[in-house]
Amino acid sequence: MARMLKFNIFRYNPQDPNSVPHMQSFTIDETESMTLFIVLNRLREEQDPSLQFDFCCRAGICGACAMVVNGRPGLACHTKTKDLPDEITLMPLPIFKLVGDLSVDTGTWFRAMYKKIESWCHTKKVFDPTAQEERMDNAVAEAIYELDRCVECGCCVAACGTALMREDFLGATTLNRVARFMLDPRDERTEKEYFDIIGTDEGIFGCMGLLACQDVCPKYLPLQDVLGKLRKKMAFAAVNNFLPSFLKREINL
Amino acid sequence: MQIFQTDLLCIGAGLAGERVAIEAADNGFSVICLSLVPARRSHSSAAQGGMQAALGNSAMGEGDSPDVHFADTVKGSDWGADQECARIFVDTAPIAMRQMAFWGVPWNRVVPGEATYYKGGKPFTAFEKPENEGLIHSRSFGGTAKWRTCYTSDGTGHAVLYTLDNRAAQMGVEVHDKTEAIALIHDGETCMGAIVRCLKTGELRAYLSRATLIATGGYGRIYRESTNAVICDGGGHIAALDTGVVPMGNPEAIQFHPTGIVPTDILVTEGCRGDGGTLLDVNQYRFMPDYEPDKAELASRDVVSRRMTEHMRKGLGVKSPYGDHLWLDIRHLGEKHITTKLREVQEICESFLGVDPVHQLIPVRPTQHYSMGGVRTNKDGAAYGLKGLYSAGEAACWDMHGFNRLGGNSLAETIVAGMHVGGKVVEFLSGTETVIKTECMRDAYRKQEDRIRALIHGTNGRENVYAVRNAMFDTIMKGAGIFRNGADLQESVDKLSEILVRARKVGLKSNGLGANQELAIALKIEGMVKLAQCVCYAALKRTESRGAHTREDFPERNDRDWLNRTLATWAKPEDVLPTLNYEPSTTVFEIPPGERGYGGGKIIPMDTPPKATPKGKKA
Ligand SMILES: Cc1cc2nc3c(=O)[nH]c(=O)nc-3n(C[C@H](O)[C@H](O)[C@H](O)COP(=O)(O)OP(=O)(O)OC[C@H]3O[C@@H](n4cnc5c(N)ncnc54)[C@H](O)[C@@H]3O)c2cc1C
Ligand code: SF4
Ligand code: SF4
Ligand code: FES
Repeated sequence: MARMLKFNIFRYNPQDPNSVPHMQSFTIDETESMTLFIVLNRLREEQDPSLQFDFCCRAGICGACAMVVNGRPGLACHTKTKDLPDEITLMPLPIFKLVGDLSVDTGTWFRAMYKKIESWCHTKKVFDPTAQEERMDNAVAEAIYELDRCVECGCCVAACGTALMREDFLGATTLNRVARFMLDPRDERTEKEYFDIIGTDEGIFGCMGLLACQDVCPKYLPLQDVLGKLRKKMAFAAVNNFLPSFLKREINL
Repeated sequence: MQIFQTDLLCIGAGLAGERVAIEAADNGFSVICLSLVPARRSHSSAAQGGMQAALGNSAMGEGDSPDVHFADTVKGSDWGADQECARIFVDTAPIAMRQMAFWGVPWNRVVPGEATYYKGGKPFTAFEKPENEGLIHSRSFGGTAKWRTCYTSDGTGHAVLYTLDNRAAQMGVEVHDKTEAIALIHDGETCMGAIVRCLKTGELRAYLSRATLIATGGYGRIYRESTNAVICDGGGHIAALDTGVVPMGNPEAIQFHPTGIVPTDILVTEGCRGDGGTLLDVNQYRFMPDYEPDKAELASRDVVSRRMTEHMRKGLGVKSPYGDHLWLDIRHLGEKHITTKLREVQEICESFLGVDPVHQLIPVRPTQHYSMGGVRTNKDGAAYGLKGLYSAGEAACWDMHGFNRLGGNSLAETIVAGMHVGGKVVEFLSGTETVIKTECMRDAYRKQEDRIRALIHGTNGRENVYAVRNAMFDTIMKGAGIFRNGADLQESVDKLSEILVRARKVGLKSNGLGANQELAIALKIEGMVKLAQCVCYAALKRTESRGAHTREDFPERNDRDWLNRTLATWAKPEDVLPTLNYEPSTTVFEIPPGERGYGGGKIIPMDTPPKATPKGKKA
C-alpha cells in the first residue's frame, strides 16, 4: 500500500479558445480498493475542478466510463489501481467526438447506428392487450439476451482498425445488434433485408477479422463467433441474391 | 438563444420517461426526451432483479392475481400508499409486461418439468406445468406472497430499457442526450417547458412544450453513500421545488439497503444473507443474533440496516479511509456455492474491490437505495400546482409505494405508470391548448444566464462547491439516516439552514467554459441542499415510525395522527425551510390499515376506522 501514483491525463476543452490539446500530470496517494472512479473524482474535487470525465452507474453496467487506460480501451469504473503500474496514462476513446478531456459523445454515434439498422423488431402484427403473451422458447430468449448484453460502451469500436480507417464502418457492436434481431423470431425481416443493411464493406465485409473488438469487450460478448456466423450467412445471402430464381428452385435454396 | 418546440417534453429518458414518450408519439404528438446521458445509460439499466406483475405462470406464482399483488403492495407501503393508484398499478402490470414482450424483451420463459430453486441456501424442487411452457416466468423477491417478478437473466433493467429505447426510436421520439434541465418555464399556473444546459457545449437553450414530464429518477445522491448512479441527483425535483408551487410528496420516505460495498456503494444482493451469509463487526464478531434472536441476518431490509447502524454507532464498525463499515462473511458457504449461485457477487467483489469472497470478508454498510417520495401527482400523473406538468417513475410520488416500496415494484412502476400517465398526457394534449408566453421563457432564460455568470465570476462568493456538498452529506446522514430522532434531526435542520446560505455563495474555481462539470454541480448545489432540508424537516415533523421512516423517540406507527402524506413546497426562494402541508394517504380503502407482518412495533389505531370501499371508488 501507500504507493504514490502518477497519472498522465489528456486535457483539451474544445469550447475554450485558449485550450490546446496536451497531457497533464497529477499525483495521488493510493488507498485500499481504489478504482479509477475514485481517483478521477478525487482529482477533480481536490486538485483540478475543470477535469472532465464521465461516470454514471460506477458499477460496470451502463458503459459510460470507457476510456483508454495505458493504451487499452476499457471501463474505468471497474479498473482497480492495484492492477496498474504506478504511472498511468488516460486518454479519451478515439473515433467518438471529443466533448472535453476524457469525455466523449458516444450517444450520437450509437443513435445514428441504430437508426441505420432499424434496431427494433419489425412485425406486421398488432399488440392485443387482452391476449396472453405469445410463447417463446426459453433457450431462444436466453440466446437473444446473450447478445443483448452489449452496453454500448464503444470500446470495440475504439479498438477496431477498420473503424479507424473508415468512418462509415458499422463496427462489431452494430453487427452484433443485427445478429440479435436475426435470432429473434418476433422480427419478421428476411435475410435479404438484413443483407441490404450489412452485406457491404461498411458492414460485415469491411471487417478484417483481427478481433481486437472481442479482446476489449468488457461484457465478454462472443463477438468472434457472431462476426463469423454473420459473414457466412451474408456470403451465402450474396450468392443467393445473384442466382436466377429458376436455379434457386433447382438447388432448393 | 436556441429554442426547441414540441408537444411533450420528457425530462428524463429512463424507463418512465420513454414509456410516456412512446404513448404520446404513438398518438401522433411530437416528443423530445432530455437526458444527462445517452438514454440507455439511464439508471433503469442498472436494475438486475426484475419487475413485478401477477401473471401467475410459474409454479411458485400459481394462484397469483392482481388482488394478491395489491395486498402485498399496500402492506409493504405500511398503509402509506394511495390505494387507488396501487389498484391501477396491479391491474395494468400484466398487460404492460406482455406489451414489453411484444416489443422485444427477452423475458425468461417457463421451461416445463421439474426445476430446482433455492430458499435459505437450501435447494427444493417445483414442477413447472407443461401447459405453461414458453409463457413469461417469474422469480422470488422479498416481501411477496407469490413469486411474480418477471426477469431477464441478471439484466432486466438493461434488456427492458434497450427494447423501449428501440421502440422510441421507431416511433420518432427524439432524444437529446447530454442535456440537463435546470429550470421550468412557468407563470405560477401553467408549465411551458424548461431551460436546458447542453452538456456537450455548455450552451443554454429553451424548450417550449405544451406538456412537460418530470421523469428524472431518484434523488439518492443527496446522500454520500447511495446505490444510485451518480446522475441521480434530484435535478427534476429541484426544478419542481424552485417553482414555489409544486410540492414534493413524502420526501422523508427513503429506503436503505443493508449491503452496499465500501468504497463504491455498489449493491451486493440480499441473496448473500438469504443463502446463509453473516454480518461481522470490527472484532469479527457476529452481532445480528444479539439484536434479532429469531431472524438474525434474515430480518427484513430495513430492520437489518437499522441494526447495523446501531452497532456501528457503538463504535464497533471497521475504520477505513472511506468511513466506518462492517463485514459480510460468505466464506463458509464454500467455493462451489459462491462460484455458482452467487457468481454475480463474486464478480462484483473481484472487479471493484479486488477481494475474493471465497477467502476474504466483504466490506459493507447500509446504503441509500430508493426514494419513495417525489414530485406529488394525482392518479393521472399530473403534478400538483402547475397545469401541463406531469411526473412518473421514481421521480414521482404517484404514491403506490407509501413508506416502503416492495422490491420489483419500482421497475414495474416505471412501465405501468408510464403507460397510464402517457394515456392521460395524450388526453391533455388532445383537449387543451397551451398558450406559451414568450416573456416567461425570456425571464427564465435570463435568470439562469445570470446565475451562470455569477457562479463563474464569484459574484456571490467563493465557497467551494465540493466543500458545501460534503457538509450536506455529513448532515443529512446524521439526521435522516436509518434511525432518526428529534434531537439529531433538529440539529441537521439547523445545520442545513446554514449550509444553504453557504450554497448560495458558491463560486467556481475553474473557468466554467464549455461542458464544464464543476458548473453543473454548482448550478444544482443549492437545490440539493433544499431537497436535503425537505427530507430532514419532514422527518423531524413526522413523529411516528412508518415503513422505512424510523423514529427512535416515536417507535409506534401512529394511524391516528399520521396516516397522511407530507407535501413540501419551497414557498420563497430565500427561505431556509420548506412549507409543510398534509393530505390523507389515501381516500379509497380497499384494505383498512393492519399489521405490517414484520419488524414488530406498536400501532396506534385510527379513531374511526375506515370502511372498505370497492375497487377504485372514492370514499
Ligand atoms: C442498484 C439498483 C438496483 C435496482 N434493482 C431494482 C430491481 O431489481 N427491481 C426494481 O423494481 N427496482 C430496482 N431498482 C429501482 C429502479 O431501478 C428505479 O427505481 C427505476 O429504474 C427508476 O426509473 P426512472 O425511469 O424513474 O428513472 P431513471 O432510469 O433513473 O432515469 C432518469 C432519467 O432522467 C434523466 N435526468 C435526470 N436529471 C435530469 C435533468 N436535470 N435534466 C435532464 N435529464 C435528467 C437521466 O439522464 C435519465 O435519463 C434498483 C435500483 C438500484 C439503484
Ligand atoms: S474483427 Fe472486425 S469489428 Fe472486430 S476489431 Fe477487427 S475489424 Fe473491427
Ligand atoms: S460489444 Fe462490448 S465493447 Fe462493444 S460496445 Fe458492446 S459492450 Fe462495449
Ligand atoms: S460508470 Fe457505468 S460502466 Fe462505468
